[in-house]
Formats: sequence, structure tokens, C-alpha cells
Amino acid sequence: MQVKHQNPDELLLRVERLSVALPAGSDRGHAIKDVSFDLRAGEILCIVGESGSGKSISANAIMGLLPDYLRPESGRILFKGRDLLRLTEEELLALRGKDIGMIFQEPMSALNPVMQVGQQIAEVLAVHGAYPGPARRQRVIELLEFVGLPDPATLAQAFPFRLSGGQRQRVMIAMALALEPSILIADEPTTALDVTTQAQILGLINRIQASMGMGVMFITHDFGVVADIADRVAVMEKGVLVEQGPVDEVLNRPQHPYTQRLIAAVPHRSREAAAVPAQAAAPLLEVKNLSKTYRTGGGLFTKKRVVHAVDDASFSVQRGQTLGIVGESGSGKSTIGRCLLRLTDIDSGQMLFDGTDIATLSAAQFRPHRRHLQMIFQDPFASLNPRHTVGRIITDGPVANGVPYAQAQRKARELLRLVELDESAFDRYPNAFSGGQRQRVGIARALALEPTLLVADESVSALDVSVQAQVLKLLHDIQQRLNVGMIFITHDLRVAAQVCDRIVVMHKGRIVEQGTPAEVFERPSNAYTQRLIAAIPGQRWLSVSPGQPGNSTQDSPLAEYQQ
Amino acid sequence: MKKFIRRFMANRGAVAGLAIFILVIVLALTCSFWFESPWTMLGQPLLPPLQDPDFPLGTDMLGRDIAAGLAYGARVSLLVGVVSTLAAVVFGILVGSLAGFYGGRVDDVLMRFTEFFQTIPQLAMAVVLVAIFNPSIYSIVGAIAIVSWPPVARLVRSEFLSLKQREFVQAAIVIGQTPSRIIVTQILPNAMPPIIVTASLMIATAILTEASLSFLGLGDRNMMSWGFMIGAARTMLREAPLMSVMPGVAILLAVLAINLIGEGLNDAMNPQLRKRGE
Amino acid sequence: MKSISFIASRSGKALFVVLGVVILNFLLIRLAPGDPASIMAGEAASSDPVYVEQLRRQFGFDQPLYQQLWIYLKGIVQLDFGYSYRNKVPVLQLIAERLPATLLLMLPAFLFSLLLGVLLGMLAARSRYTGRQGWLDSTIMSVALLLYATPLFWLSLLMIILFSVQLNWLPAFGMESVGAGLAGWAHVKDVAAHLVLPVVSLGCFFMAVYARLTRASMLEVMGMDFVKTARAKGVPAGQVIRRHVLRNAILPVVTFSGIQLGQMAGGAVLTETVFGWPGIGRLMFDALMQRDYQLLLGVFLVTSVMVVVFNLLTDLIYRLVDPRIELGT
Repeated sequence: MQVKHQNPDELLLRVERLSVALPAGSDRGHAIKDVSFDLRAGEILCIVGESGSGKSISANAIMGLLPDYLRPESGRILFKGRDLLRLTEEELLALRGKDIGMIFQEPMSALNPVMQVGQQIAEVLAVHGAYPGPARRQRVIELLEFVGLPDPATLAQAFPFRLSGGQRQRVMIAMALALEPSILIADEPTTALDVTTQAQILGLINRIQASMGMGVMFITHDFGVVADIADRVAVMEKGVLVEQGPVDEVLNRPQHPYTQRLIAAVPHRSREAAAVPAQAAAPLLEVKNLSKTYRTGGGLFTKKRVVHAVDDASFSVQRGQTLGIVGESGSGKSTIGRCLLRLTDIDSGQMLFDGTDIATLSAAQFRPHRRHLQMIFQDPFASLNPRHTVGRIITDGPVANGVPYAQAQRKARELLRLVELDESAFDRYPNAFSGGQRQRVGIARALALEPTLLVADESVSALDVSVQAQVLKLLHDIQQRLNVGMIFITHDLRVAAQVCDRIVVMHKGRIVEQGTPAEVFERPSNAYTQRLIAAIPGQRWLSVSPGQPGNSTQDSPLAEYQQ
Repeated sequence: MKKFIRRFMANRGAVAGLAIFILVIVLALTCSFWFESPWTMLGQPLLPPLQDPDFPLGTDMLGRDIAAGLAYGARVSLLVGVVSTLAAVVFGILVGSLAGFYGGRVDDVLMRFTEFFQTIPQLAMAVVLVAIFNPSIYSIVGAIAIVSWPPVARLVRSEFLSLKQREFVQAAIVIGQTPSRIIVTQILPNAMPPIIVTASLMIATAILTEASLSFLGLGDRNMMSWGFMIGAARTMLREAPLMSVMPGVAILLAVLAINLIGEGLNDAMNPQLRKRGE
Repeated sequence: MKSISFIASRSGKALFVVLGVVILNFLLIRLAPGDPASIMAGEAASSDPVYVEQLRRQFGFDQPLYQQLWIYLKGIVQLDFGYSYRNKVPVLQLIAERLPATLLLMLPAFLFSLLLGVLLGMLAARSRYTGRQGWLDSTIMSVALLLYATPLFWLSLLMIILFSVQLNWLPAFGMESVGAGLAGWAHVKDVAAHLVLPVVSLGCFFMAVYARLTRASMLEVMGMDFVKTARAKGVPAGQVIRRHVLRNAILPVVTFSGIQLGQMAGGAVLTETVFGWPGIGRLMFDALMQRDYQLLLGVFLVTSVMVVVFNLLTDLIYRLVDPRIELGT
């Protein structure tokens, strides 16, 4: 790949007071209002914001890919002097893929499932009339190699379903770069990827940008990522750009209160050593040699596929303590949660809850025990029945366990106060509430049965960072008050480090590391744990001193991922 | 609920369909008030429409009032359409919910059973059933119900399969609700919208099937049906083409109206515009 | 190797369905009101006590049920579908004579409805997507809705009234001009002329079905992420639709067409009856009129087998077309 002969520091893109209106009846008038920023050659601009901030819309507006019902109302988008909003569709088609490349968030659905990967890359060459003849195939293989994919000649003929998420994202990057565009727009490209894969892709983007000298507009919600790769940052809140500047300034000396709030909410390891109570009491939950295997196929004509979702896992939880189970997708962490609550059957092992082995009980025998183990789910939009009122959702549990309705109702109102929701929520439906509020309802539901063990299955993963901080605080308060044991399942080591007393790291179904956050972070013994920790974005920035993000962002810990 | 009604009313086609359908219902309910029995052969045979005020739509070759036939035919069509669909939907929900909720062996067995009924050509089976059990309103309703339930079962099953994985159903299990309570209070209410849309469209198909059966001579001999009228008019294609046209238009309007209502229901239940964050 | 085992397993399943139909036939006779022997004999023969007694012995109506089933199954396997007293020939012979005519009707109707339906659905979806020629979308969908709501047999009659009676362009009845004694190319043209109205009237309903399905499928695919990726690459709208949308949208249509074949077989009964087309559909109608239940059930069995075979073929085609499914799974 040649280095782009481009004027370094050339002003590639200037967005000037761009506004996009929302259709009538929406909760605000504009998706984005009066947004202005610049992008120069050779720099990475990160646009940060929570959901609904309008960051994606800005990116789509540049490419002219907004849906029909969103139209740019005013402002200019100047690409090398030309106003993109004034161009015809034909002129835009000539630009897309050639001068401006874009990659998206969901690699699993971003590629045509019935077309070979190589053909999809060749398509962008064909559409712009580049590399005719046999040179095209050559170029495709060159690109696949450039983005770090193994065995490019074979992979070019594969269909997307054979590739992993990280591999598909690399293919997307290859497609976006095929014609060496001046600008790359990346819309949350690593949000849907595992932490280790994310580190690799970030390293790749960094490397490419350095060698090709292009301008990169990187959209994300994660300040850790910003700390690792950005040169300049722009922060957006509810459609308005509230702060922008060099990354050092924005991250370490944020001016706008929203930015300050966001940065304060980034999960980091709390330095206060948790007061560990005397371990005299018997553990609340003791899991021994738990195993769960999934077998698929095995019919008369198909091969059996065996997946060890959980492989010989053993751990324990005390009352009043939080155990974190951390792992990437496919590690088995969610499966353990489901096994504990008997949402799936287990294959072998013991689960001793307060002395009783709940693994061997039948469904009917287990039902009376259910009130002691409750779960808080991940997706605030799917974990509440949209047709039931909040009151019904919370009282259903006690009523199903024999509590008279009047009593359950009183308890429900109490709980609404406990989770800091207004009592009037009792008669309202879930769609009237935000994600964070719905999670609070989910917590109230779980507490209605007065459990002794709570399993929080990625309960804050779907929430914005600021809301996440509030919910974590709520959970902490509840644990202190009610002395419940908690199992916190998450993929985010930072969150686990912040709230857990002990951490268990899982990889491909096995537990590879156990210990306090301090032990796991400072003295990880397992190679996978070390990789996981190294891949956490923004560590350099966060770990210099607690609560005071560090200064240097030049020496990126991603060095080992840059190939 | 109010929003749903508002969305439905905004759809002009659906409103038109609803108006026509209500007209058909009124006609069916009050036909004995306007007309005597459609079988009475009082009039002059083959009277063209709009000539005699006593017979506004004319008479057929045996002197029967065509307008009366259309009115009484509405009664049969609606009766057969609604009752057979109701039976098919109830049975389909039963099979589909059990298959979707319990999965495994139960699902396998029930699905093989359903696939069998779905693969057999529907009209042919209905014909055979009605023929063998002697044509009557009961055998017709039964036969149509028997050939119509498989798509409902498949739909209910797929809804149950996907809803069962949703977290609020998992939550219901976790808080200790019994399976039957979960099926009825948690899953079924959320599965109803597509079931309702399918059921409404099935009424239309049932009316068409009933018409086809009557046309082939398998209708209830005591009940005048639109299909029967078309069948009877077949011999007079050259002499009196309108005799075949009018009952067909009646069927067309009724079926069209129901389809428009069904599409209106579908659109009202799934608003196309998706706002951010939802 | 995998494909052979797949075909074998699918055929096994198909066989089960056929077996089910046979048993269904068997049960229907037994469950129907009246004496099974008289029912089997049919209206024409029920007055002939010798024949009825012969049937009684042949099918073992006096024997236990499972014995009767066994006898019946043996008969079917030996391709003995019974005897049509009215027509004085074995049922299988009648069916064999008429089956080609039905195939001649159904296959062109199937192709006509599928190709035209997909084309129209695609045009409708494309006009909706690009926003140009918006009238195309509404017009196509309105016509489709109208055809979908029209009773098949009535449409046939209307076409006869218009094209045969009023305009006298096309013949209305039968497969060929009776008594003309045409041969060779002239015969082919004659049959073709007779074929037009039945094929079109049978195909119209299903064309509407495919048009609606294709349009819905395409609109759904158009909202998917990979279409956005294609646009971001600078692929022009027409090419996006052809290479990305259509290839994915067509998959559910293929699956659906298998199910539709069952309906089309029923439609063939109506069409053949109206046009007097000498196929097995008309045979079924005649059997109905004559209360010849052996013939009726024989036709039902053959129709079901036909549909099952077609289903198998479409299933195979689907697996070939979708690269995500390996033939062994």
C-alpha cells in the first residue's frame, strides 16, 4: 500500500452549522442542530456521545445516506470545497466509496449473505471503473492481506457466514479502503465486537491511517477508545455539539458539564479496598464442577457439533458480596447465570444454595426455591412485558408465590420508592419509561420476592454510560441495605473492577482466573487474562491516578496489536 | 388502543373495507326483512336487471329473485367464513402454542402432524371431505376448518418460539409462574396481533373456498349461496352473462373488503415509522 | 455424498406424507355415514348387489380394521386404486390418461404466475424504493389485490364471456377442436389456443400472490444493513436492487412457491371444470357428480403425491440457491 500523496493537514471536510429536522411528533425538533466541525488529513477525529446524541446522523448526512424521513434542513457540508448537500445523486455516487469510505457498526449484518466476500470487494472497484481486468482480483487479494486476514486467496471465495465478527469488520475496512479514499467514516465499528477483537481493529485503523495519511472520523460512545486513538474529540449531547478540541484538553480538562459528567461516569477500578468480612459464615452459593454442553445436529445424516458452554466451573458467593463473572462472547458467563436459575438444564456438577443442591431438583421441586434466587436481565426493552403495567410486573412474582395481592401491592409501592421511581409508575406501561428507568423496574421486580441472591446478567451493558453509573450505584446501595449476595455477569472488566469484591474470568467455558480486582489486574496469572486486560481501551489514560485520567495518550498500549 | 384506532382510521382503504363489510353484515342480518325466500320461483324467468321494480336485479332461469339470492348468500358466506375461521384459529392456537412453548419431542410430533395437513392440496381435501360426509352447512364449515388450521398453527408456533426467548418470559419463569399461566398471561397476549391479522384474512379465504365448493355443487341444498348462483348461471353464459357477473361481484367485494381490513389492522399494529431509541 | 443422503432423507419424509394420505383415504371411507361397501361402489353400482357383495369380500369389510388397512395398503402398493364402475375401467387407467393434460395446464400456469408475479413485485418495490414512478407501485398493488380477491372460477367465466363469447378470439371449451382431425404443427397450435384462457385464469390469482410476496420481501431486505453498505460503496440504485436486494428477497419466494403448489392443484380442479379441460381436476368433478368415490379418492391420492413431489423439488432448489445451507443439514 502506497502512502497517499496528500497534503498533510489539508482541510478535507468542513461541516458548517448542519441541522437535520425530525418528523413531527418526535420528542425533539431536530436530530442535530447547528453542528460544526472540521476534519483534516492525517488526523483521527472522534465524535463521542450517548444514544440519541445525533452522532450517527451526522455521519450519515455526510454520505447522503439518511433515511427518507430525515432531511438536512440547513447548513453546509464542504468536502474539499464542494457542498455535498447540493450535489445530485449521480455526483454523490461517484464520491461514495472512492473519496469517502464508510464502515458500520454491525459486522454480522453488513455484508450481503449470498455473495462471496471477494466479489463484494471487487464490486466497489467495478462500480468506479478501477483496476480493470485481472488487476482487479489481484487488488482484492492485496487488500485482504493489508487488513490482516489469513489466506486471502481462499477467503475471497468464502461467503460471509463463514467469517467471525472481527473478520467481517476487516472485510468491511478493506472495502472502504479499496480506492484509497481521503476520508474514512467509522460509525461505532467496534461496539459490537469483543474487547480483544476491538483492540485489534483499533490497531488496524491506527496503522492504516498512519500509512495512508487519510482523515478518519470515528464515532463511538466509549471514552476509553477515544483516549487510545483520537487526535481531536467532539462531544455531542441531544443533537448539539457541546465541546470539541484536542484530545488532551477534552479528556483531561473538560469544560462543559456534560463532558465532565460523562468522563466521571467511565467505569474504573475503585481504589478503596472493600472491607472483606470474616469468611466464617458458610457461603451462600457454592458451585462445584458445573458443566453444560450443547449438542446440535446428530440426526441421521448430519454431523454432531459439541460445544462446551460451561466446562467444570467452580466458585462461591458470600452474603452481602458481589462476585463478578467476566468473559467475552462464547465464554459461558451468561450460560452460568441461566444454569443457576434453572433456565437451562445442566449436565453435571453441584449448585449448593444455602446447603441444598438445587441442581438435582425437578422443576416442581425447585419452584418454591425460586424466590430466593432472582435475576436482573440485560435488555431493558425486552425484559418487561409491554402489555402489563409496572405494578403488575412487580406484583406478579409475590402473587405467584402465594402472597395476597393487597400485600404484594404495598410491597411493590415500597420498592418503587427504593429504586427511586415515582409511585405513579405503578399504573403506567413500560413504554412510558427510559432504558434506565426500565432497568430500575426490573430491579424492583427481582427484589419483590426478597431474594438472598441476585444475578445481574449484563444488566448495565445496554445502558448509556451516565445511566449505567446511576444503576450501578443503586445496586451497590441495595446490596448494602439488604445484604444480598450478588453475581454480576459482564463483558466489561472495567465495570467488574468497579463494583465487584471478587472476579472470575472465563474463557471458552472454563474459569481461567479468580481473585480480587486488585489481584486480577495487577498480578494476572493466566495468558488470556493478560490479553484481556491489555485490550481494555483507555487504560493508560485512566490508570495514571485514580479519578484523574492520565496525560499521555501518545504511547498507545495497542502497539502489540498493530501488525 | 386509541392510537391504534387512529392509525387504522387514517388508512382510507381499510375504512372503505370496513364500510363495505358492515354493509354485508347488515344485509345478512336483515335479509329476511327485505326479501322472502330466495328459492321461490315467482318471477318471469331470465328477467334482466333494472327492468322490474319487484326484481331490481332480475331473475334467473327458474324465476328466482337474484337480489334475494345475493342477500341470503351473504348470510351463508359470513356464517361459513366466521365460524370455520374461529374453529381453525382455536385449534391452531392450541397446537402452535404447545409446540412452540414445550419444544423438543412435543414440537416434533405436532409439527409433523401440521406439515401433513399443510402439504395436502387444500381445496381437493375440502372437496373430498364434503363429498364423503354429504354436503351440509356443518360438513362445509368442518371441512374448511380442517384445511385452514395449519398456517395458524405454524404462525403461533413461530411467535411462541421467538417470544419464549424474550427476557420478560424468562423473567416470568424466574419469578416462579407456572407454565400454563405464562402461556396465557405472558406470551399469548403478545402473540395476538399477527394472529388477528391472519384470522381476518382467513375469513376471506374461507368465503372463497365456500364459494368454490358451492360452485362445484357441494353446497348445502337448503341455503342459497353466491357460489351456487354462479354455478347455476354457467349454462346461460351466452344468453344472460350478467347472471354470472353479479354474484361474482358480491364475492369480490366481500373478499376485497376483508383484505383491506386485514391490511389496515396489520399497518395499524406495526407503525412503519421507527423513532430513534425505540 | 451429502446431497444424496439429503435427497434420501427428504424422500423418506415425503413417503410418510403419501402414506398418511393413503391412510386418510382409508379412514374417510370407514368414517363416512353409511355402509362402506355401498360408498365404495358408488351411486351407479349400489343398485347392483352382486357387485357390492364382491367389494365387501375384496376389501374385507367384515374383517377387523387393521386387516382391512393391510389389504388396502397392499392394493395401493400394487397400484390398484380401485375400479370405476361408472366408467367400467380401473381408476388408475383413467388417471393415467388424464394426468398429462393437467400437467400441461399446471406447469405453464405455475411459470406464468411465478415469473410475472416476481417481475411485477420487483417493479413495485423498486418504484417505492427509488421514489420514481410511484404510480407503478400503487397500480400494481391495486391490481394484485383485485386479482387476489377474485374467485378463480368466476375469473374463468369472465374470461370466457369476454374473449370467447363477445370477442370470439379464443376457444372456451376443451383441449382441442373436436372432430377437426388436426395433426402435427396445426394440432399444436390448436391446443395452444385452447390453453391460453385456462392458463391465464389459473395463473392470475397466484401471480397476485407472488407479486405481493415479492414486494414485501424486497421491501424488508431493502431495510437491511448490507444494502446500506452497498450504497456507501457508491453502487447505483438499480444495481443495488438487482445484485443485493433481489438475490436475498427471492429466497422466501422459492420456499413459498412449494406451498402454493398445493393451492394451485385445487385451483386446477376449478379451472378444468369451467373450461372442460380433460385433466384429473375435471375427473375429480365428474367423480363428484357421479358419486364415484373410488375414483374421487384415487384422484385425491394422485394429486397429493404430485404436490409432495413438487414440494420436494422446490426444497431442493432452495437449498441449491442459498449458500448458507449445506446440502447435508
